[in-house]
Amino acid sequence: MSLTREDVTYVANLARLEFSEDEVTALAEQLGAVLNYAEALSGLDTSKIKATEHVLAVQNVFREDEIKSCLTNEEALANAPESEAGCFKVPRVME
Amino acid sequence: MELYQKTIHQINDLLDKKEVTVAEVTQAVVNRINTVEKATDAYLSLQTDDALEAAAAVDVELSGRAQKTPLEGIPYGLKDNMCTKGILTTCASKMLYNFNPPYNAAVYERLSEDGGILLGKTNMDEFAMGSSTENSAYKKTRNPWDLNKVPGGSSGGSAVAVAADTAFYSLGSDTGGSIRQPASFCGVVGMKPTYGLVSRYGLVAFASSLDQIGPFTKDVQDCALVLNAIVGHDSKDSTSLNLKKIDYSQNLKQGVKGLKIGVAKEFFGEGLQSEVRKSLEDAMAIYKTLGAEIVDVSFLHLDYALSAYYMISSAEASSNLARYDGIRYGFRAEEYNDLIDLYKKTRSQGFGDEVKRRIMLGTYALSSGYYDAYYKKAMQVRTIIKADFDQVFGGCDVLLTPTAPTTAFGIGEKTSNPLEMYLTDIYTVPVNIAGIPGVSIPCGLDNNGMPIGMQLLGPILSEETLLKVAWAFEHESGLTNLKAPLGTEV
Repeated sequence: MSLTREDVTYVANLARLEFSEDEVTALAEQLGAVLNYAEALSGLDTSKIKATEHVLAVQNVFREDEIKSCLTNEEALANAPESEAGCFKVPRVME
Repeated sequence: MELYQKTIHQINDLLDKKEVTVAEVTQAVVNRINTVEKATDAYLSLQTDDALEAAAAVDVELSGRAQKTPLEGIPYGLKDNMCTKGILTTCASKMLYNFNPPYNAAVYERLSEDGGILLGKTNMDEFAMGSSTENSAYKKTRNPWDLNKVPGGSSGGSAVAVAADTAFYSLGSDTGGSIRQPASFCGVVGMKPTYGLVSRYGLVAFASSLDQIGPFTKDVQDCALVLNAIVGHDSKDSTSLNLKKIDYSQNLKQGVKGLKIGVAKEFFGEGLQSEVRKSLEDAMAIYKTLGAEIVDVSFLHLDYALSAYYMISSAEASSNLARYDGIRYGFRAEEYNDLIDLYKKTRSQGFGDEVKRRIMLGTYALSSGYYDAYYKKAMQVRTIIKADFDQVFGGCDVLLTPTAPTTAFGIGEKTSNPLEMYLTDIYTVPVNIAGIPGVSIPCGLDNNGMPIGMQLLGPILSEETLLKVAWAFEHESGLTNLKAPLGTEV
């Protein structure tokens, strides 16, 4: 399994990452090697095997819809790089 | 033996007899930190002043009481991916360089309620991704047995703090071996409990279906004490098990007579250092003299575990780490054009190379057209690996394996080849895939004097048996509370 530079750039955009030309070259090689190794999985017939998402039989856990104390607005915003009027501030998204 | 070199239960004996105070114990370990920390670099941040203050308060509290709880007044270290309100929690990443959590991790809350004394937050591979702690954005932690070697990872700082006597115990997290492998490299005891036994609330998520918190200690008895303190149901972690509490130290010394200890050739394959193999064979001989039966067992599909692990863990990581976007907390790039560019610049500048590699691998495995071939396939392989362990535990009570194929390698030795680094986890990752518990304990030294670790594995919720089997070996071999050749002056 080899990975092209186009593959790397395509996935980088999905992951909201960007890389220099040299990094793209290195990633194509390094990810290609890992995917090559993982190719071994295709040798195993799993057509009749159920996927295990969790090792324990997890189920949704519900609780009563009661009002409980939680973070205050100030606490929630305390780590924000930018905030205004009790909200997280982001660059303009609409013209 | 100096005070700081003792185990938790030895300190407890002295405290119970009123021969020392918590303040003296804490001062001893703080002095030790002042002496050796600059050589080992186990900690990312230290709270030693607060620790000394807390110690004095525990002494006052204890003066009016006959009984103390086992971890009350015992100084410890916490891996820097567990949230501590008022204390920076960075995950050793530039992305969280200034993150001050608004809440505490459940384990920190429990230990604080128990009167535990936090010494500091320990170094790690960035976001727990790595096997050598070299992926930290801040510093390189060194192995106290040889300062030119890695401590293992990702919980390298937590392992070194215990190995260098700069903490009596510490907590780490284990997604694919991140507690057991550094414990093995540093000559200490490290346990990954059954998935769901310890609350993950406030543990910064790497791969949520694999992550589990566990202890590093100087001996097996201490491991039982720390486990007692951190297990238990937590309504804030929906995968947390709700079980009756048991005392893991109660049956520790019962012996292994009649127990079946399985050995599988799949764990003794190519690439295994000859001294590690020899050391494991010696351990088997010891178990035989103690009355255990060594039985051959065999796996059918273990070869697939590492591939499945890197697909599952990277896919979950790519999803979990999507939250680091420079909006709500952490690092934000200074220059950007628009919102999408802010995300990209922030993430590209904030994450280190290995984290970006895993996000890329995971995003690829989850992307349209490849999902079935990689991610879904890996989840199906997980079913097969789980069944493989069930089959093996049908024939034995516990499984004895090496923790890692080799002893600690040199700093910088494997950083240029990610796949080679991933292969160091080959004996630890199947355990996380199956969700079962595992413990690594020291079982000897190689020709260069580096610690060798053996791993004991058991079925879901077999911690009590594992600790009993581990204790029997430790007691018989005398390989307990090992001291790295790290001087009092370095």
